[in-house]
Amino acid sequence: MRRAILVLLLPALVAGCGDDATVGDGGGSGTGGGGAALVVSAASSLKEAFTACGAQFDQAKVQFQFAGSDELGAQIRQGAPVDVFAAANTSLPEALAQEGKLEQPVNFATNRLVLAVPADSDIASLDDLVKPGVKLVVGAEGVPVGDYTRKVLANLGAEEIAAILANVRSNEPDVKGVVGKLTQGAADAGFVYASDAKAAGDDIKAIEIPDALGPTATYAAGVVKDAPHGDAAQAFLDDVQSGACHDALLKGGFGAP
Amino acid sequence: MSGGWFGALLTLALAAVLAFLAIPVVAIFVQQPPGDVIAALGEEGALDALWLSLRTTSAALAIILVFGTPAAYLLATRRFRGRAAVITVIELPLVLPPAVAGIALLAAVGPSGLLGGLVEDAGLQLTLATAGVVVALTFVAAPFYLRQAIAAFEAVDTTLLDASRTLGASPARTFWRVAIPTALGGLAAGTALALGRALGEFGATLMFAGSFRGITQTVPLAIYDQFATDFTGAIALSAVLVAISAALLAAVKLVRGPDPLGR
Repeated sequence: MRRAILVLLLPALVAGCGDDATVGDGGGSGTGGGGAALVVSAASSLKEAFTACGAQFDQAKVQFQFAGSDELGAQIRQGAPVDVFAAANTSLPEALAQEGKLEQPVNFATNRLVLAVPADSDIASLDDLVKPGVKLVVGAEGVPVGDYTRKVLANLGAEEIAAILANVRSNEPDVKGVVGKLTQGAADAGFVYASDAKAAGDDIKAIEIPDALGPTATYAAGVVKDAPHGDAAQAFLDDVQSGACHDALLKGGFGAP
Repeated sequence: MSGGWFGALLTLALAAVLAFLAIPVVAIFVQQPPGDVIAALGEEGALDALWLSLRTTSAALAIILVFGTPAAYLLATRRFRGRAAVITVIELPLVLPPAVAGIALLAAVGPSGLLGGLVEDAGLQLTLATAGVVVALTFVAAPFYLRQAIAAFEAVDTTLLDASRTLGASPARTFWRVAIPTALGGLAAGTALALGRALGEFGATLMFAGSFRGITQTVPLAIYDQFATDFTGAIALSAVLVAISAALLAAVKLVRGPDPLGR
């Protein structure tokens, strides 16, 4: 029943997005044929880095759509006029490639979980989180960052896990909620992606988590099959791997794959 | 229905309105098997959320009634410079988006907010604590009561108040024994509206108080939390909120009776 409603709604959503793209294109004429812009669908966490480098991309005018990877993938499945898809994981681009919707994807960045604390905090490592009274804020279960946090914690000792979980004061529905609680001084520590901590600026200090405790998240991107601007799309993908966008990603706290 | 095609058009419009507004509400009750829904309500997380919502909403309403009733009486019975400005300020939270309310509360009484130091010195913890939920609910729900209460007190016949005073009753006694009983219907309606708004509060609570089971996770926050992982649980809690809201609305209609002011 629920699925049926979703299926009914999706074409409308996609049509809406398509319209948006067309309207957005009207203003600027890139070097691509017909003056239409290169449409890049990218995961929300890529927003800062891609917005910074997209303006410098000289092959075409780039128009970004930032949203959850799942949502963007669904649009591409429905045939939305997108040129490049950059996801916050590798599984979704691979699945799309298998379905013939995407050219072979490439891994272009990694992101890792960090312990974020206010800039003037005394907390220096995960060990400090077990102290009673530390106000810890995490992503809720079912939210990617929340599940990832629990995966990392699961690698600690049972006593340490119990002590840390006892200090959790809020299960936030997204990363922004965790960062907000930290910058407002409401919480003492929280788990976020390295790129989020970087984007939050000087108010927040990121404490590295030992590699042994958790795998990094890998981001993959690919050119959409029969993309309206195939050449420019490939050029953008190259740029993300080794050009200005690659540099912007590293500057934004992402790692190389 | 007379009027031929026009009457048919009106009926059609009403049918469209009714279908659009009613189907989503009905879907909450029929989308999942009733047995699953009732079972989901028995789960600990759901009970914690319901109990917390009950406690925080009651506390917020108590604060709103104690401070709001005299304040509304003053605004309804006295004319002074700046009265219109005061009423505008009081009504502002009515139209504020919940996210703005949350930011505003953080900026005012959050740990690094305007009065954050005072709150801390007083030994109060609001953010990430149950007290913070009460503050958020009070902030968003109070204007609903105040608006109704001011209107109710304004509708009280001034000759009644004058008579009470001429007969020797003090202003305080007049307020208790004449104004409040006469305005009771409007005050009750305002209480019900504030209750409904407080029960449904989501954004300001999440931003200001956070979301933690049994401490700050009220029913709307629990619904959002379960939306991704336990849709049946989310539906069950939604059904409870719909039932309570419907009961509140019905109560308001009953209390007010045929409204002479058409409000």
